[in-house]
Amino acid sequence: MALNIIKRTYERMKAMELEFKVLSNSLVIKPKGEIDSESAAFLRRKIDLEFECTAAKNMTFDLTEVDFMDSSGVGLVIGRYKKVAALGGEVRIKGANRTVARIIELSGLGRIVKMI
Amino acid sequence: MTNHIKVEFEAKESNVSFARLVAAGFIAPLDPTVDEAEDVKVAVSEAVTNAIVHGYDKREGVVYMEAFSYDNTVMISVRDTGYGIEDIAKAKEPLFTTKPDEERSGLGFTVMESFMDSLHIESKIDAGTTVTMTKRIGSR
Ligand SMILES: Nc1ncnc2c1ncn2[C@@H]1O[C@H](COP(=O)(O)OP(=O)(O)OP(=O)(O)O)[C@@H](O)[C@H]1O
Ligand SMILES: [Mg+2]
Repeated sequence: MALNIIKRTYERMKAMELEFKVLSNSLVIKPKGEIDSESAAFLRRKIDLEFECTAAKNMTFDLTEVDFMDSSGVGLVIGRYKKVAALGGEVRIKGANRTVARIIELSGLGRIVKMI
Repeated sequence: MTNHIKVEFEAKESNVSFARLVAAGFIAPLDPTVDEAEDVKVAVSEAVTNAIVHGYDKREGVVYMEAFSYDNTVMISVRDTGYGIEDIAKAKEPLFTTKPDEERSGLGFTVMESFMDSLHIESKIDAGTTVTMTKRIGSR
């Protein structure tokens, strides 16, 4: 019983809140919460599936509602960048808060994706 | 004033957020700035993720985390008894990773080093790795 409750809560936590929309040829990805190794794996699957289903050429990460991100988030964006760039598209990042922006800056990610 | 805590947990990625919470809770009495608290959280996130992802690499195991504080300095250590690191100097190089296929970017140690005041790594093949970091809180 207790284990079931824990399992259900856990499943809900694992399924990070995530919004998609397509805006002028770009798939806008808006995750909510914390991006770490666990949630990055979840996001990777969801984003790749969505990108295949839409006709968008570019990707925009809207990080307005991301309050924590470690190097797993950088790996996630670089991984998507490789896929998108191979098809001639671009990746952009918007709305990164101070903390997230510091990680992005340290990683040099700002040199391959456009910060808007 | 000193303080000390010791926690251990299963090597599961779902426990990384727990480790971050523990670290944030431990340093809270030291009255950190938002940036200082975030620095410690992200450094702990990197160290614990490494223990799980590289130290145990899908095997079962236990991650041991300890935190000490002495006045306004905090010391945090994260230990695994997993595979160990062959070449520590190489592992610390920015962008060096042994798991590029899993979309690792090789930035964990760089993040720990830049966001904390000191980083010390001890490792032995097939015995495990201990990462110890310190940071002065409230240097504002
Ligand atoms: N606890 C550990 N046990 C064994 N090997 C480790 C451990 N921590 C780090 N390493 C080794 O050091 C390398 C560099 O670690 P670092 O955290 O800098 O990058 P990463 O984990 O590969 O990528 P990222 O942290 O950006 O996701 C790893 O690829 C791994 O080979
Ligand atoms: Mg790492």
